Amino acid sequence: MGKNIFKQIKNLYCFRAFAVFVALFFVSNIISKEIVVEPGANAHERLQEAMILMEEGDILRIKSGYYSFEDGLSLDVDGVSVVGDGMEETILDFKNQKSGAQGLLVTSDKVTLKDFSILDAKGDALKVIGAKGINMINLRTEWTGGPKSTNGAYGFYPVESEDVLIDGCVAIGASDAGIYVGQSKNIIVRNSIAQYNVAGIEIENSYYADVYNNLASHNTGGILIFDLPDLPQQGGHHIRVFENQSIDNDTDNFAPEGNIVGEVPRGTGIIIMANSDVEVFNNLLSGNGTVNLSIVSYSDETDDPNYYPHPRRIQVHNNTYGPGGFDPDINTGDLAKTLFDISNGNMPDIFWDGVGPLSQMIFGQPDDEKLIISEDSEVTFLTISALKYMMGFSNPIRTDKEEFKGVINPLEPINIDGI
Amino acid sequence: MKNIYNFLLVLLLCTKLYAVNDNLIISEAFPEKLSDFSFFKDSSAQIPHDEVIPYELISTLFSDYSYKQRWVYVPKNKKAKYEEDWVFNFPTGSALIKTFYYPVDERNPSAGKQLLETRLLLRKEDGWEAVSYAWNKEQNEAYKKVAGKTINVAWTDFVGEEKEVRYRVPNVNQCKECHAADDKISPIGPKARNINKDLEFEDGNFNQLVYWMNREIIDEYPLELNSPVDWMDESKDINDRVRSYLDVNCGHCHSPTGNANSTGLYLHLNETRDIHLGKYKKPVATGRGSGGLKYSIVPGKPEESILLHRMESMDPGVMMPESGRALTHEEAVVMVREWILLMQN
Repeated sequence: MGKNIFKQIKNLYCFRAFAVFVALFFVSNIISKEIVVEPGANAHERLQEAMILMEEGDILRIKSGYYSFEDGLSLDVDGVSVVGDGMEETILDFKNQKSGAQGLLVTSDKVTLKDFSILDAKGDALKVIGAKGINMINLRTEWTGGPKSTNGAYGFYPVESEDVLIDGCVAIGASDAGIYVGQSKNIIVRNSIAQYNVAGIEIENSYYADVYNNLASHNTGGILIFDLPDLPQQGGHHIRVFENQSIDNDTDNFAPEGNIVGEVPRGTGIIIMANSDVEVFNNLLSGNGTVNLSIVSYSDETDDPNYYPHPRRIQVHNNTYGPGGFDPDINTGDLAKTLFDISNGNMPDIFWDGVGPLSQMIFGQPDDEKLIISEDSEVTFLTISALKYMMGFSNPIRTDKEEFKGVINPLEPINIDGI
Repeated sequence: MKNIYNFLLVLLLCTKLYAVNDNLIISEAFPEKLSDFSFFKDSSAQIPHDEVIPYELISTLFSDYSYKQRWVYVPKNKKAKYEEDWVFNFPTGSALIKTFYYPVDERNPSAGKQLLETRLLLRKEDGWEAVSYAWNKEQNEAYKKVAGKTINVAWTDFVGEEKEVRYRVPNVNQCKECHAADDKISPIGPKARNINKDLEFEDGNFNQLVYWMNREIIDEYPLELNSPVDWMDESKDINDRVRSYLDVNCGHCHSPTGNANSTGLYLHLNETRDIHLGKYKKPVATGRGSGGLKYSIVPGKPEESILLHRMESMDPGVMMPESGRALTHEEAVVMVREWILLMQN
C-alpha cells in the first residue's frame, strides 16, 4: 500500500514535469506515467517493448546517448509521446539495420515525437501511416554519408494521415524527399530545415497544408507541391507556401530513376504540379540555378479518369527573388531543357508551362481558375502558348505578367486542434 | 482421504490435460507461457488436443523457407460464419495457431525439427489480437515475446546444402502490419477458398471444408468457390499460379483495405485493373526501392520490373515483403520472371 502511494507520488511528479508539454498538445485528464529507456545492452528490445506496452497518456523518454539498432522500431499506441533529450543528444542509428523497411514506423493516433534523431535508416527514416494527429517536433532524420542514391527515400514520411504537424525538424540526405507528406489532410510544416535531399519538402496528393518559415537549401528542388494519378487520394488542393527560404538548391539529382522526383532538375526553388488552390507568398527564392518558381502540369500519360493533371487557381504574390536560372540542369527531366530552349537561355524567375485542357489552350483559363501573379515589376515571367508551341510558331512564349494580374483571394490558414 | 486427494488430482490433471483453456483465449492479458492455453497434448511433439483441428492453405506465405503447421480452435457449440471473399467470421473464443519450424535436415524427417515460434491469433470479445511465443532451447516450452526476437537458425536443405537465416519473431506491431484490414487485426489465411483442398486427418482424408462441417465448426460454405491454385503446382496455368502467390504473399497489404493501399499497387486475387496490378505503373513513394526501374511491371521484361527487383532483393530498404523475409524465395522469383516474360503488351 505504502509503496503504491509512493509510486503514485512519483507518477504525479512525472506528470507535473510534463504537464505543460502534454497540455500543449493534447488537452487530456489522463494521468501519464513516464517510461525511461537508456542506452546499453538490449536497447532495441527494451525500447521496442516499451513502445508496445505503453498506454494512452504515457511518455516514453529515450535518454541521451547513441543507440545502434539492427531492426526497425514501431509504435501503435494512441495518445502517447516519445521524447528524447534533443536531436543532438538522443541518436537512433540504423546504419547496421538488417530488418524493417524504415527506422521508426508509427501507425497510431495522437502521437507526439520529439527531440531525437534517426540516422542512416535503410529505407525511410520515419514513416507514419494512417494517423489522426501526429506531431513531429525537433526531430532530425539524416543520411550521414552525403547525398547518395543508396540513401533511404524519405526522412519524414506521414501518409494517409490527418492533423500532421512537422515543426522545428531537420531533414538531410534523403534520396527522394527530406520532408514528404503524402495523401494526407490538414497539415502544418513549419520552422524546419531540409538540406541535401533530392526534394527538400514535398506535399503530394494532399489537402489543406500550410508550409511556412522553413529553410530548403542545397537540395535538388526546394519545395514541391505535386499531385499524381492512380492513387487512393488525389486532387491535391488548398496549400499555402509562405515565408520560406528556398535558396541555393544546387545538389545534382541523385534520386533512383523511376521516381517522379528523379525528373526534378537541379536548382528549382518551388514547383507546383497539378494542384488546385495554391497560394505562394512572402517567400525568398534565390540561388536556384534552373528556375526559382515553376507551375506545371503532370506531363506523363495516364488513363486515370479521376485525375486532373493541370494546376488551377494558383496565386503567387509578394515573394522575393534572388538570382535564378543561371545554371539550368538541362540533363534532368524535361523542365529545364524546355525552358532553356524556349527562352533562348533567358531564364525567368517564374515559369508556367501553359498546358491545360485544349479549350483553355485556345480560349485561355476561365476566370475562376486563373493563375494570378502579383509581384514586383522587375520579377521576370515566362509562359508557353502551348498551341503555338506545338504547331511550331516562331514565338510561342509570353513574358508579360500584366495578363495575370488579379485580386488575391487569401486561402484560409490551417488549424490543427491543440496546436 | 488420500484417495480423494488422488482422485481430485487426477481430475485436475485431466481438465488441464484434455481441455483448451477457453478463459485464457478471451482474457485481456496474454499468459507468459504457450502451454497455459493447453492447445497441445504434447507440446514438444506438437500434438494437439482433439478439438484443435489442423488445417492447410492452398498457397502459403513465404517465410524464409520455414515450415508452418496450422491449427484452428473454435469453442464448443459455436460456429464460424462463411464470409464472401473473406476469412470466416470466427466466434469469440476462437484461436488460430501457427507453429514455425525448420527440419534439422530436409532430406531426413526423422532427424527432427527445430521449433522457432508459435503465433496466435485470438478472437477476443471485441476483435482479434495477435501474439507470438518463442520456443526455448529445450523445445519444451514457448514464451511470450512482445518485442519480437532474433533467432539464428541453421538447417540442411533438400540438396544437402547448409542454410542459415537470421530469423525474426515478429513483435506485436509487426503482426499487425500484415494482419490489418481497415485498421483492425484480421486473419489472412482461413478464407473458404484458401482451405478448399483435401487433407489427411487422423480419421481419414477429407476436403477441409467438408471436415469443418463434420466437426461442426462451420455451418455453411458455397459449393462454387473461386479458389486459388497451389502456386507450386506446375500443371496449373502460370497466371493463376502467380496470382495465387501474389495474393497470399502481397495482397494482404497491397489491397484497397491493406496497409499498402497508398501505393495504388493492388495484388489481391480480385484485382482486375492492369494499372493497379502493376502493368506500366509508376512507383509513387518507392525511393530506392525502384532500383532505377520505371514501372512495377514491364510486360515481357522481367529485368525492368520493380516487382521482381523487390522480390529478389535482400536489402531491408528495398525488399518486399517489408517484414518476415530475410532470404530470397528463389522458386517464386523464377516463376514470376517467367510470368512477366510471357506477359503480352
